[in-house]
Amino acid sequence: MSRKITIEPVTRVEGHGKVTIHMDDAGKVSQTRFHIVEFRGFERFAQGRPYWEMPVLVQRLCGICPVSHHLAAAKAIDVIAGAGTGEGLTPTGEKMRRLMHYGQMFQSHALHFFHLVSPDLLFGADGDPAIRNVIGVALMHKDLAVQGVMMRKFGQEIILATAGKKIHGTGAIPGGINKNLSVAERDSFLKGADPLNIEKMVSWAQGALDFFKDYHSKNKELIDDFAVFPSNHLSLVRKDGALDLYHGVLRAVDTDGKKILNDVDYQDYLTYIGEEVRSWSYMKFPYLKSLGKEKGWYTVGPLARLNTADFIPTPLAQKEFEIYKAYTKGKVNNMSMHMHWARLIELLHSAEVIRDLLNDKDLQGDNLVAKGPKKKEGVGLVEAPRGTLFHHYRVNDNDQVEMANLIVSTTNNNEPMNQAVNYVANWAFNGKKEITEGMMNRVEMAIRAYDPCLSCATHALGQMPLEIELLGAGGIMLDRKRR
Amino acid sequence: MIIYGYGNPGRQDDGLGPALVERLEGEALPGVETRSAFQLNIEDAQTIADAGTVIFVDASMTGDGPFAFHEIVPSAQITFTTHAMSPGSVLALCQDLFNPERRAYMLSIRGYEWEFREGFSAGASGNLEQAYAFVMEKLAECVSRVDGAVLSVH
Repeated sequence: MSRKITIEPVTRVEGHGKVTIHMDDAGKVSQTRFHIVEFRGFERFAQGRPYWEMPVLVQRLCGICPVSHHLAAAKAIDVIAGAGTGEGLTPTGEKMRRLMHYGQMFQSHALHFFHLVSPDLLFGADGDPAIRNVIGVALMHKDLAVQGVMMRKFGQEIILATAGKKIHGTGAIPGGINKNLSVAERDSFLKGADPLNIEKMVSWAQGALDFFKDYHSKNKELIDDFAVFPSNHLSLVRKDGALDLYHGVLRAVDTDGKKILNDVDYQDYLTYIGEEVRSWSYMKFPYLKSLGKEKGWYTVGPLARLNTADFIPTPLAQKEFEIYKAYTKGKVNNMSMHMHWARLIELLHSAEVIRDLLNDKDLQGDNLVAKGPKKKEGVGLVEAPRGTLFHHYRVNDNDQVEMANLIVSTTNNNEPMNQAVNYVANWAFNGKKEITEGMMNRVEMAIRAYDPCLSCATHALGQMPLEIELLGAGGIMLDRKRR
Repeated sequence: MIIYGYGNPGRQDDGLGPALVERLEGEALPGVETRSAFQLNIEDAQTIADAGTVIFVDASMTGDGPFAFHEIVPSAQITFTTHAMSPGSVLALCQDLFNPERRAYMLSIRGYEWEFREGFSAGASGNLEQAYAFVMEKLAECVSRVDGAVLSVH
């Protein structure tokens, strides 16, 4: 009898993910699918609104990375406002935005590691779910949990100082920024009371990397063999090939490391990237047109960025990058759990960039906004914490948005997440008739590596339960797990 | 005391929590600190560490309305993404990391519509008014006669 296993987190509004694992009559996995509801309604919401509202408006998409949407929209609107395509801003304008962005990367990466990853590492995939979470980390490893909380807080304070608000920040405006960083603000980050200063953040980022590398040395099977599959990888890189999370050209490499998108201008992204619709998912499947729908899918995010970049332009992170690359002998890294390693290298890089920017006097400059001849259309990209984020707007003669297209990081990672779930399902579910806690958590671990955004910016009161259903032919319930 | 409203003002009634806090900010109440966010997360454990009392305010999709108010206790219930924490989880994290002495309450205001749109449904607007009046009355009850500062909510 063929069976179907469904893992379904249910939210009250929208934004739910569901994993469906189909089993054949022999009890083998025949098909897996990871479904996410995404926020397609937002693009219609933007239509008819004045273009200069976009950087503020789009922050409603996500409560975790509103800064990424704020800056991607601002970069697209820069083009429309005649301020160039990412390189025409004043030094103060660009560096304030970079500080905002790297503050966002820092807090998001710290949150991901301490909230989602460290419980699996500290307690194991088969650990008691009652303590295999950040609360358990707080109980058993208090120092680590305090670091996670304070690193997140430090990044949030950087955002507050540059964007102006925690909710609906207004820092980035068409052509630049609406404030500089005062000397008092700068000194609060450079010389803040322990632990809220940048030197401590750099030190803690190094400590997190050391923690991961030590764990890796003792648990190579989990870190190296879990959810490994060949993939293309895409990200922005600086024009000289350096890792750059705020601006650059689009580069993609295949699973052998060959460049398949060679440092192109992202204003032309529609020439290179298509979006496929599949009947069983609300979320589109982006692909590189040159390779077609079947072979053109790609991974974005930390793993992809360290596969596309030639080097990291800060010394401590570059040293870690060299260790990381040496582990695969310079080849493309397709190990899903190495996403966490790559993320921590970016965490350290972000701390270093923040330190460099805080010591740059351009942040106290007064020339905040650049202007030029207006255009009708603009594209803005940033490397958000979870990967490449595309914003594209076209305006009419009344300066109203008439077309908006967003490709968010989670959409870019749609096929890779499905691949990861499929890998784990084939590894853990074949021949099984019951769903164990460990099996359930391993599927979650594959998803957690990508930390997909599930239309998160709506939170009425309640919780998100996780449900697994094992269904036989005709929909007969064979097993069900829920927490 | 901290009164902490969370939710997304761009999703209609989901913004009830921040809206109530915004109104309280205009009152400049002594001893009352206000906070707003899209959603709660781990750093909020530190945010509430020095408060003797915390009132979380959120929209609710269930219940009879206009609002519900009850004390909450620490909870280790965690979602599987980084995208949210419950008030109970924030309380648990705060208790474990910073300060075990605290009372916390949940004010959940009934909402009805959740689309990408600004402004509240008619029902939610009425519920917000009643919740606001309740909070003001509650605060007035527990203002210290000695120094005018809010001590706690019972």
